[in-house]
Amino acid sequence: MQTEFLFAILLMAPLIGFLINGLRWKSKNYLLSGSIATGAVGLSFLASVALVAKLFVTSGDKMSAPKAVTAEFFRWITVGGLEVPVSFTIDHISALMVLVVTGVGTLIHLFSIGYMSHDERPTKYFAYLNFFLFNMLLLILGENLLLMFVGWEGVGLCSYLLIGFWFSDKEKAAAGMKAFITNRIGDAGFLLGIFTLFVLFGTVSFDGIIGKLAGVSAELGWSGPITLACLFLFIGAAGKSAQIPLYVWLPDAMAGPTPVSALIHAATMVTAGVYMIVRLSPLFILAPNALHVVALVGGATAFLAATIGLLQWDIKKILAYSTVSQLGFMFLACGVGAFGAAMFHLVTHAFFKALMFLGSGSVIHAMHEEQDVRKMGGLHKYLPVTHATFVIGWIAIIGIPPFAGFFSKDEILWKAFSSPLGGRGLWIMGVAAAACTAFYMTRLMALTFWGKSRFDHHKVHPHEAPPTMLIPLVVLATLSAFGGFMGIPHVIGEILPGHPGNWLEHWLHGAIAVPQSDAHGSKVMEWILMGISVSIAGLAALLAISFYVIEPKRPQRLAEAAPRMHRLIYNKYFVDEFYFKGIINPLIEGSRALWAFVDVNFIDRTTFAVGDFVRGMGATARTLQNGNLQQYALYISIAIALMFVYLLEAPKRLAELFGG
Amino acid sequence: MFLSLIVFLPLVSALLVSFLPKESWVRPTAFILSAAQFLISLSLLFRFDSSTPALQMVEFIPWVPALGVSYFLGVDGISLWLILLTTFLLPIVILGSWTAVTKKSKAFHCALFVLQTAMLGSFLAMDLVLFYVFFELSLVPMYFIIGIWGGTRRIYATTKFFIYTMLGSLLMLLAIIYLMFTAQEVLPAKQMTANILELYKLDLPFIAGQFLNPQTLLFFAFSLAFAIKVPMFPFHTWLPDAHVEAPTPGSVVLAGVMLKMGSYGFLRFVIPLFPEASEHYAWVFLFLGVIGIIYGALVAMVQPDIKKLVAYSSVSHMGYVMIGLFALNNYGVTGSIFQMLNHGVSTGALFLLVGMLYERTHSREIEKYGGLAKVMPIFTILFFIVTLSSIAVPMTNGFVGEFLILLGVFSTSPFFGSLAVVGVVLGAVYMLWMFKRVFFGEPGELVGDKDHPLTDLSVREVLVMAPLIILIFWMGIFPNHFLKFSNSSIEHFVQTKDAYQLSFHQPGEIFSKPMPQVAEVK
Repeated sequence: MQTEFLFAILLMAPLIGFLINGLRWKSKNYLLSGSIATGAVGLSFLASVALVAKLFVTSGDKMSAPKAVTAEFFRWITVGGLEVPVSFTIDHISALMVLVVTGVGTLIHLFSIGYMSHDERPTKYFAYLNFFLFNMLLLILGENLLLMFVGWEGVGLCSYLLIGFWFSDKEKAAAGMKAFITNRIGDAGFLLGIFTLFVLFGTVSFDGIIGKLAGVSAELGWSGPITLACLFLFIGAAGKSAQIPLYVWLPDAMAGPTPVSALIHAATMVTAGVYMIVRLSPLFILAPNALHVVALVGGATAFLAATIGLLQWDIKKILAYSTVSQLGFMFLACGVGAFGAAMFHLVTHAFFKALMFLGSGSVIHAMHEEQDVRKMGGLHKYLPVTHATFVIGWIAIIGIPPFAGFFSKDEILWKAFSSPLGGRGLWIMGVAAAACTAFYMTRLMALTFWGKSRFDHHKVHPHEAPPTMLIPLVVLATLSAFGGFMGIPHVIGEILPGHPGNWLEHWLHGAIAVPQSDAHGSKVMEWILMGISVSIAGLAALLAISFYVIEPKRPQRLAEAAPRMHRLIYNKYFVDEFYFKGIINPLIEGSRALWAFVDVNFIDRTTFAVGDFVRGMGATARTLQNGNLQQYALYISIAIALMFVYLLEAPKRLAELFGG
Repeated sequence: MFLSLIVFLPLVSALLVSFLPKESWVRPTAFILSAAQFLISLSLLFRFDSSTPALQMVEFIPWVPALGVSYFLGVDGISLWLILLTTFLLPIVILGSWTAVTKKSKAFHCALFVLQTAMLGSFLAMDLVLFYVFFELSLVPMYFIIGIWGGTRRIYATTKFFIYTMLGSLLMLLAIIYLMFTAQEVLPAKQMTANILELYKLDLPFIAGQFLNPQTLLFFAFSLAFAIKVPMFPFHTWLPDAHVEAPTPGSVVLAGVMLKMGSYGFLRFVIPLFPEASEHYAWVFLFLGVIGIIYGALVAMVQPDIKKLVAYSSVSHMGYVMIGLFALNNYGVTGSIFQMLNHGVSTGALFLLVGMLYERTHSREIEKYGGLAKVMPIFTILFFIVTLSSIAVPMTNGFVGEFLILLGVFSTSPFFGSLAVVGVVLGAVYMLWMFKRVFFGEPGELVGDKDHPLTDLSVREVLVMAPLIILIFWMGIFPNHFLKFSNSSIEHFVQTKDAYQLSFHQPGEIFSKPMPQVAEVK
């Protein structure tokens, strides 16, 4: 079929779904609305499969397979040298992303039908969800930075709408606003990045920029501006993908409906930052200093968020901090130049994290909107399918082979160690974060599904979810179990029967940049490190089991042994409090002061003073004419005297002036 | 004759309306007349040749030949959209104030029509004295609109408005007179002229770094007049007062069109007449513009009154317009013109929406609202769309303007460009915070009031908003439909700004004897 036509279906299906549901926004028929929305996204998925298939068409000769399929629709903005066409492209990078987004998106839409069945405004919800998908597709497929930015802000907008979906609750509305504004800080950075690149290269198209990079070498004095551009772009990425210091919105974003958390705040939107960096990897690789920043921020975020996850009680908050931490892993990968590994983890994470969020949705649904894990426990009896799929997600995220997370996370850790841009410190950060991950995820499993149930059996009757909610769980569990095989590392591939290669690496070859200099570290080293990280994760998981299943008193004792530490981590390092006291409140107070002192007191007073001065002069002048004859006589005599002086002196002066 | 028709039809309408026998006929008549004027002006798009930067549809009649003053109208890509914006907003304003303005509706609509003539005249006048007449004339009807139909502090506000803008333009008048005398001395024709095309040819002496030279002094004299009108920080304090006290239609016209007379003045007169000074002192305007953006946003954030918030947001948005102009490159100037239109559409829409709310509750205090989204869903959706436009979310008009301006400023001065980007964040802060407090959360004092239940928008009110909402998306998704009319004018402006000249187009349209001087220009 025509490429343009397929692109049109791919993009327009969710947009039309949005418009249809948007126009019938009052409807409470969740089944119809949900079916429209799910159908639209399903259609998108099929179109994207058809388009990606074009990348495989070889017509006999393997070399002739196109690197990308593109379609241009119309010119958006044309001013002087700035040309922004509305054109879309599917290359080897965006192919992965578009399949994940539409595929996982379809599953989550399907899940939502059951989840939103009791809601007051299901149609509006589905409209927003479709609109989100449309924007996400713009972001992924846009062939230039500006189009990506359109989607970038668009997904932020939908995120705002869906976080604050239950807006009657002030806190939920506030969470939406926080997300939007924090993202806007990132967006401002992104804009500056676009400007810098446009000034440098005179174009905003990805192909154009990357094409011109070939002629750029660090010696020409370009490294400064390029580093600057990369740092600006990274601010954007840090905002969207919740990295330090802009991660604070993501945990609050859990105020939205749980499928939204799965779709937007785990699987798709939050990975946009990683995607953007991977997309521009030939640019970033030229700015090693910027990459160091990316790696450090990623590593630090991975670790910090994982530690916060250790002590949370809200099931969704645990998963949220876990997401922040996993995104940190992806940035760590980008920062050490392992863009392929970042993409790999992005994909596997989308599977297992979407699975766990949906699983938690099933739990919350079953527990009548309860999210506190202290009030759960023993749910495996009541929710067997949810439990079974959740277990797969759990094994996948803590990195036990051969589940998906193992392959991607281990590749990141190995690259963090061995890449010329990496180092031991980054590896240690990664392993520590992985250990924390294993601990808190096991804790979550233990508190939710295992042990004794701690809820009131008279009030709550947990029940397994309907099939529309279970099918997505099963599909995602399958993907979480086997998805890792797309990127089997060479050391493992060698000893396996048939010697499977690293398919993903092969797929991305040529589409992403790789560090110029050689990696260090031997195969033996790779085996050893793999062994270390898996055993540490395993030990951490066992420790968690002993803490929360075998001897539930222990965590309490430990908290009492180190109260300060506990308080610090339990309160998330007081970052939100710091932002409020250090930035937001001073800004508001400062603005009030500006208004009161500059506008009202200074500017207005100055102008009034000028007015008063003029009026005062008038008043003074008025006293001269007070009708007193004697005074007038005085004026007259003074004037006559002055005139005499003038008449006597003036001719002389004039003569002097004009030289006689 | 076409441009004269556009300018004076409103004046004729004012006469017509004032002789209507019945008060109840006033509104429908005024609406039909204004809508007809818009349709007539829309035909400009078909008559307009977008391939040339030259002045089109020119009309020239000597007015005071001894002083070289003439009745001289013309349109080019710079003024075209401002004309259409002006005629577009009037029917909307009239329909929007259908129930809001009740007393002396005849006088009110007369004032609106006279104002319309003054504004259109300012945008079309190519003679400085003629421009000055229209520019000042616009103050009079607005003075009455605020002073008669305004809020409780209307006299204070309207006096402040009048004196501020009037004072600014006095210096400009002096500068105009100086220019006319200089033309007599310098130009080959050896006679006074206020013809702007002739004055463009003046090469006024300029000494960089020194204040007391003709070009610098004239530059600042003109700039002050227009900076007050825009208004630029720190001359902005008349604006919030005027807006808060003005009735809704007054606010819409004031923000939508009148402020643009200032920014248009920079574009038409200040930069081309005083190119060296403009370039040399561009940083002053970039600086004040950026301060205006940030300051306006910060102060808007803490306003307790919605309308005042929107007024301060105008200060912020007009800051963008100013820095775009003084980026002095294609992107900046194009963005700036686009942003003038955006601001007319979205701030106009905001004032209309705030007015609709005020009509229902007679309060604009943010604290008294909350939870409005549940009670007035259609109003909420429209308000949200306009909010998005105001904070420049892509696919709305606001984004295109803001993006081009920031790109333009960043490419001339990365420093000011980076600073201005802060406004992108702050804009979202004050609008969304207000939106949250008014529409989300528990029902507030005015919203939950059982005795006065709030009703959602009427069909008329939706009709008032519909064209604005359509434009918001149209301009955001297909900006080229609009930009293509201005591109060649702006390109010409930017490329030749050091020796800017405008030539005629379609000389056959000049229905009186052409000026001998101008005919020499190729």
